[in-house]
Amino acid sequence: MSSATAGRPHGRTRSTASLRHRLAERGIDVSLLMLLPALVVAIGLFVYPFSYGIGLTFQPTPATQEQWGGGVLANYLAFFKDPFVFNSVWLTMRLALPAALFNVLASVPMAFKLRKRFRGKKLLTTLLVLPITLGTVLTAQGLLIFAGRQGWLNRFLIQIGVIHDPLPLVNNYVGVFLSLVISGFPFAFLLISSYLSGIDPSIEAAAKTMGAGWGQRFRRVVLPLLAPGLATTFILTFVLAFSVFPSARLVGDASGATRVMALMAYRAFGEQTDYPMASTIALMMGVVELLVIALVLLWRSFLYKGSTGGKG
Amino acid sequence: MATQTVVTPGVDPAPAKKVKPRDAARVPGERSLVASPTTWVVWAATAAFFVLLIGILVSVVVDSFGKSWFRGWLPESWSSSWYTSAWDRFGMTQIIGVTLGVAAAVIVVSVVVGVPAAYLLARRNFPFKRAVTLLFLLPVLMPPITYGIPLATVMYNLDLSRTLTAVILVNLVPSVPFVIMTMTPFIEQINPAIESAARMSGARMRQVFTKILFPLLVPGVLASSILVLVRTVGMFDLTFLVSGPGTDTLVVAIYRAMTAAGGGEARQLISAMAVVYTATMMVILIVALRFVSPTQLVARVRESRED
Repeated sequence: MSSATAGRPHGRTRSTASLRHRLAERGIDVSLLMLLPALVVAIGLFVYPFSYGIGLTFQPTPATQEQWGGGVLANYLAFFKDPFVFNSVWLTMRLALPAALFNVLASVPMAFKLRKRFRGKKLLTTLLVLPITLGTVLTAQGLLIFAGRQGWLNRFLIQIGVIHDPLPLVNNYVGVFLSLVISGFPFAFLLISSYLSGIDPSIEAAAKTMGAGWGQRFRRVVLPLLAPGLATTFILTFVLAFSVFPSARLVGDASGATRVMALMAYRAFGEQTDYPMASTIALMMGVVELLVIALVLLWRSFLYKGSTGGKG
Repeated sequence: MATQTVVTPGVDPAPAKKVKPRDAARVPGERSLVASPTTWVVWAATAAFFVLLIGILVSVVVDSFGKSWFRGWLPESWSSSWYTSAWDRFGMTQIIGVTLGVAAAVIVVSVVVGVPAAYLLARRNFPFKRAVTLLFLLPVLMPPITYGIPLATVMYNLDLSRTLTAVILVNLVPSVPFVIMTMTPFIEQINPAIESAARMSGARMRQVFTKILFPLLVPGVLASSILVLVRTVGMFDLTFLVSGPGTDTLVVAIYRAMTAAGGGEARQLISAMAVVYTATMMVILIVALRFVSPTQLVARVRESRED
């Protein structure tokens, strides 16, 4: 239903007036052309390559066909049957899910505590934006130096006598996890605090007036209102963590614990120049990710109903 | 810190019963003077995070200025020679030029393309609006590699790979939806009555855009341009797939130096480049923060009433 607020002066040329009027009532008029450039970009640079990539997955190279059989489905057979490739799904999930979960769960109490105005808030927010300036590459380099065997962190821990041998913090799972927290946490925090500030304080004030304590207000008022925001934040941080690629190579163990899907896809693309297989892995990445997103959205609708419709 | 007391008249301050003593003297829901354990946990976690963060940053900076630093707390001697040699060795002038040029092109195109679309999405109802919105949302939700690899394959087929055009085009894919997504709520908050008034006074669409909307949208356009700038300069995955020698942006160049065959370049050279990258980003962000508050990006912020 478009209530024809489109106040375009229709009927300037009498001959086409009625058609234009009817179209305008349905929301179609010349100004829709403004959408055209964006559509061209989206279709030309996203839809077309994407469909082309899907088509490519059904055109396996002779080598793949020979090794895995299955005709046009050889790429998919290779993906599911080759443990070297298929395990990367599990490796990616083992990295991305905990990291995203950690980022969201750690941001909630922090965003809560830092919601009020206090001295140094501006400084703190500015400092939280800092990791964006670091970027994955400097974070990786910094982790290698700071948390490496000879780094300050291990040196300090040994000096105060907590440990005797340096902790292996880089070139393994921990290193990539740390770099995901460093890059993802500020993002999650900023998103959640902006969702939190989008909640009308008067609702909470009303609950306070009626005698609700801190915990009650959080559980009954803020959390249900925040739940959609939490789900969105989780999804966005998960997307960030899921496509981790440079840090998995630089601070991770690229042939072992952090052999993530993105790395496999790039290997097929850049090193083996097997474009069909690369597209297959890339596509499966999208599928796996969308599955997780769908699950989160499902869970969100469940949670939302559960906590608001509880007492009435 | 975030704690404050409110001495409410009429409430007996003396803790009478065996309730938790600090709860007794306050109105339900009001905070006590002593920070609760959760506050301490939050502050400790914040401190740990910042120690890690600052440690990472400082160690890279120290490394880039150190002559030789393998054991010990600090390098044995200091010099800035890593910067000059990194500059010569990697052709930093060109890399930085490419980075900024690509970013500028991406910003201009995505703003020009994205803002009109955002306007329509904010103000109009039209057939297939939901489908169009979903289409603009998909590139943001998908992992960059998922569409990046087919896109890069297309670029190879078109003989565009390793060209600046390819780098710019590839970066448009997430940037245009990003501008649309940030601008739509911004446009929604502008009162449509202003436009209606302009139209009633006889302004055409173009005039409404240039004379009415654009001046009102300048802060939003500025904010989203800065964000696109940050994203493009920091974008690794997509650029990496299509760029080559001569068209590498700074991040990709550093990555290539770190993973170069044969053990990579000297660590300090890479540190120096990473510091240059971070310094560039910091300048951008400091400028950005003067125009836009980071928590404003998603929802319009209403300051807490109790301050």
